[in-house]
Amino acid sequence: MSATLKPYLTAVRHTLTAAMCLDNFSSQVVERHNKPEVEVRCSKELLLTPVVISRNEKEKVLIESSVNSIRISIAVKQADEIEKILCKKFMRFMMMRAENFIVLRRKPMEGYDISFLITNFHTEQMYKHKLVDFVIHFMEEIDKEISEMKLAVNARARIVSEEFLKRF
Amino acid sequence: MTEIHRFGNIVSPITCHAWNKDRTQIALSPNNHEVHIYHRSGSEWKLLDTLNQHDLRVMGIDWAPNTNRIVTCAADRNAYVWTQDKENKWKPTLVLLRINRAATCVKWSPLENKFAVGSGARLISVCYFESENDWWVSKHIKKPIRSTVTCLDWHPNNVLLAAGSTDFKVRVFSAYIKDIEKTPEATPWGSKMPLGQLMVEFVNSEGGGGWVHSVSFCPDGNKVCWVAHDSSINMADATAGSVVHKLRTEYLPFLSCTWINNKSVIAAGHSCIPIMYSVDGNGQPIFVAKLDASQKKESGGLSAMRMFHSLDKQARVETSDTNLDSIHQNAITCLCIHSGTREKVLKISTSGADGQLVIWDLNTLERSIQNMRID
Repeated sequence: MSATLKPYLTAVRHTLTAAMCLDNFSSQVVERHNKPEVEVRCSKELLLTPVVISRNEKEKVLIESSVNSIRISIAVKQADEIEKILCKKFMRFMMMRAENFIVLRRKPMEGYDISFLITNFHTEQMYKHKLVDFVIHFMEEIDKEISEMKLAVNARARIVSEEFLKRF
Repeated sequence: MTEIHRFGNIVSPITCHAWNKDRTQIALSPNNHEVHIYHRSGSEWKLLDTLNQHDLRVMGIDWAPNTNRIVTCAADRNAYVWTQDKENKWKPTLVLLRINRAATCVKWSPLENKFAVGSGARLISVCYFESENDWWVSKHIKKPIRSTVTCLDWHPNNVLLAAGSTDFKVRVFSAYIKDIEKTPEATPWGSKMPLGQLMVEFVNSEGGGGWVHSVSFCPDGNKVCWVAHDSSINMADATAGSVVHKLRTEYLPFLSCTWINNKSVIAAGHSCIPIMYSVDGNGQPIFVAKLDASQKKESGGLSAMRMFHSLDKQARVETSDTNLDSIHQNAITCLCIHSGTREKVLKISTSGADGQLVIWDLNTLERSIQNMRID
């Protein structure tokens, strides 16, 4: 783990632990509804101030919380064109299967690559500290995954070009 | 010292619970539209009855000890008063709350002749029984509530009502119903008390913010204590000019608080442990002790066996425990007095999102925990 990743993830972990104190809260705008307030944004007083934690210009996390839900948006490091494409495809792959990931949002927030939506129903069913662990684990792994894919793509490109150039 | 109870195969959160007078029965809601009544025999809990009338999640239960009536309210905007018939079956009576949003909390008044229901419709319904029409009717307290009412507590004089809401304020109202009560005597909170009169309004924090999660009157009714989402515990004394004394704690926000005598408060919430605070000479809350002294279970160090085991099962190196160190494994949502009087509470009960009910014996805890003194 590089020198800046550790404090970055620690900051995210503490913010998430504090932000993930969710209650059951029925809508005070629509009768018999119970919707994540961070998404419907109908009552200003039920939203908390959003927090952005950034490691550098490209890598940052936006944590928006409300009385019964929190939304975590992550911007992943993308150094070059290949990483950009890989990241886009990878996130698309996951978000198309969002229901399998339970806490994943189908669309990322603008300016971010992937978003999670955690409501009070999730914290009731699952251990809260494990949910936090999951997000942190995801952030750790995603960088690794993309650099591995990049290496794989580069290696494959090299082999392909070698094979191709053998003909001449 | 502490008794841990589970009810049948309920693993879902216990939204709230309430005890009957002799503490042999408990009414609780397993986070859905039902209310279960359990009877205790030894260490076993037997399901006696299921109150099945609401159609959305039950948000509040209160059991009037002397008149033996249960009131429940739910997110379906209704409240029912349940009375026992001759075969000990519970029968519901609908209450005309006249609200159009979820009811969030309910509390019987100390004399049990009326109750208050807080709701997402930004109002409080004070309900009483109208014998000529044979139903429960309500009167509204509307102004100046600006958001969902999250918690209520009655003053021991049966008239004043404290309400906390998500507009970051705690208010003390008069809930005097002139049809059924005689004129109340003056209190330190004020002397003129028509229904809906705002006696005092406390702002949770100067900078704004902090949804109020729970509010409680102390047994003599002169002090009020509340906990809010800014992890603070706050106290105000009417006999000392209603100045707010705030203690910001290092814990996660508390969801519930109750006085155990005129000096001490127990609060519990997202940190999963009940914590005792007491009030010093100036009215400032001070930390006393954590009631849950559970130690981290010895995990036996980092063993290679364990590492490979978790690598095999979860495909990652994970040696930390899944369980928390505390007794409760998820947020504590409800805290009730179990035994003793309001002036001297002997046992409290907590229930939470982990589906457990824990009964804490304060006397034995006081002996076993250093620095914990209940006077």
